[in-house]
Amino acid sequence: MSEFLLVQTLNGLSFGALLFLLASGLSLIYGVMKIVNIAHGSYFMLGAYVGLSVILRTKSFILGAFAGGVVVGVVGLIMERGFLRKFPLQALPQMMITLGFALVFRDLALLIWGGDPYTLPCPEFLRGSTQIYQVVFPVYRLFVISVAALVAIALWLFNDKTLVGAKLRAAVDDHEMAGGVGLNVPLISGCMFGLGAFLAAFGGVMGGPIFGVYPGLDFELLSLAFVVVIVGGRGSLKGSAVGSILVGLVDNFGKALVPELSYFTLFAPMAIVVAVKPTGLFGRE
Amino acid sequence: MKDFLASKTKIIGLILAFLVLVVMPPFYTSYWVTLFTQMLIYGILAMSLDILLGYTGLSSFGHAGFFGSSAYVVAILATRYKMGFLTCFVSGIAVTTVISMIFGLLVAHATGVYFLIITLALGMTLWGLAFRWVTMTGGDNGISGIPRPDIGLPISLKDPLTFYYVILVFFLISLILMAIYVRSPFGHSLKGVRESESRMRVLGYHTWLHKYLSYVSSAAFGAVAGALWAYFDGFISPYNMDLTASIEIILMVILGGPGTLIGPALGAGIIVFLKNFISAYTQRWLLIVGTIYILTILYAPQGLMNLLKDWLKGGRKKTQVEEAG
Repeated sequence: MSEFLLVQTLNGLSFGALLFLLASGLSLIYGVMKIVNIAHGSYFMLGAYVGLSVILRTKSFILGAFAGGVVVGVVGLIMERGFLRKFPLQALPQMMITLGFALVFRDLALLIWGGDPYTLPCPEFLRGSTQIYQVVFPVYRLFVISVAALVAIALWLFNDKTLVGAKLRAAVDDHEMAGGVGLNVPLISGCMFGLGAFLAAFGGVMGGPIFGVYPGLDFELLSLAFVVVIVGGRGSLKGSAVGSILVGLVDNFGKALVPELSYFTLFAPMAIVVAVKPTGLFGRE
Repeated sequence: MKDFLASKTKIIGLILAFLVLVVMPPFYTSYWVTLFTQMLIYGILAMSLDILLGYTGLSSFGHAGFFGSSAYVVAILATRYKMGFLTCFVSGIAVTTVISMIFGLLVAHATGVYFLIITLALGMTLWGLAFRWVTMTGGDNGISGIPRPDIGLPISLKDPLTFYYVILVFFLISLILMAIYVRSPFGHSLKGVRESESRMRVLGYHTWLHKYLSYVSSAAFGAVAGALWAYFDGFISPYNMDLTASIEIILMVILGGPGTLIGPALGAGIIVFLKNFISAYTQRWLLIVGTIYILTILYAPQGLMNLLKDWLKGGRKKTQVEEAG
């Protein structure tokens, strides 16, 4: 029984780690720009696809991860610069545009990579399993957990300890005042959007060896990322981290214990949090 | 002169609608009769979302979930338990209404984009249920073989044309009910919530309750469309209720013009037509919908119906989408 608990907890944590890479960007973009980015799940999927193509050609997983991140990061920047900026702080039109892009991305991915599901090859040095107490556990999943933890620490340091981070927080707190005291808010927003897209796509490549990439992955993960944002609170990095772990664990134990209702089990944490604290665990307002 | 022009357009529109929907169908080929049936069902669905999106200013991203849950209830009762039309139809609407009453408790406090985030997540939990609860819903394969119902009249609904006219009756009843609903004092206070929730609260209105009831009633009318769809198509699968489906309903409303009721029905007609028409030539439907979306927001954010109204009145009003945002 304890073996089951340990394995499922680790599985849940590794899924939560991937969710964090996706949801942290989504939450910060919402925090700074009030944009609900429907195309965020598409970044994850596109990242995985681009990563797949690069890995198959170069045989290098790390190159694939960064190529996926950078390509999609640039796509995100173009979206923000070329389209979203035309509707500053108008939530609904902005969201509709990201929605349009999400549909276009989904169809383009289908056109380029076809409808078959792929699994990304696991990097050579991370194959195999390791033993923790009595339990055998794949090394790669532990690697994903540590990468996400590193990203979380880096984001936290960046956000809390650097000048750029302070400017970012100022933009989250009060858009107009931040602009008023001379911060270049549009530049900060643009970079934030690009970084969010990069992180999501990077997460897509990281998740590739675990659950692969297939059409429909975009919206499936988008809704999970939204649950993370609802549970954790909007615009909060800490909230994204705690929310991701919670949702990862609930989803995983749901799949293991009541597979038929697994997606529906996410309803529970969402309902409880919204009922007790409508802004989410770490949200303000 | 302008008023006269407007009423003249209205009369011409009514005559055209009467001709196209009532007089002409017997002369259509069966392909077109089926297409028009689809348009009417989606018309009910788009109008039901308009109560929420157009009149209350809340954009729901999970509306297809209610359409689907009602269709699934009908499908399960009709195929597995061989229930009659009335039982299935009423159960579909009742179950969906109860679900929306539970969901409503979570969403009614939210405003703006946060409303949209929660409804999206809730809609996808319904999708997840349809997708994974294989023993009940058939999972990915869905449920097929829902028979055309016997509604207790001496006519056979297996004939596409007869079925079309039955759906037309449902469409007209729904249209009239919803029109009375949004024109009632309650409907006007919904508009008040749309324009300024804080002001309505100060005036003594219970805005939470207004939003809650708007959400539930919108779901209930959506359930009517879902139940009819199950009988029309004879087949229901998770793809009828995923996020893409919800997005299409929103596009119907935005394209037709939120807050006009008949506009979204028109929008539904256009989208259903385009979908069928384009699918005959290319597989790239989503690419085209996505582009229509981006173009609509860039160039016609107030929707076709409002564009027409403004053109008749002269001058351009503030757009619905801008107001709702």
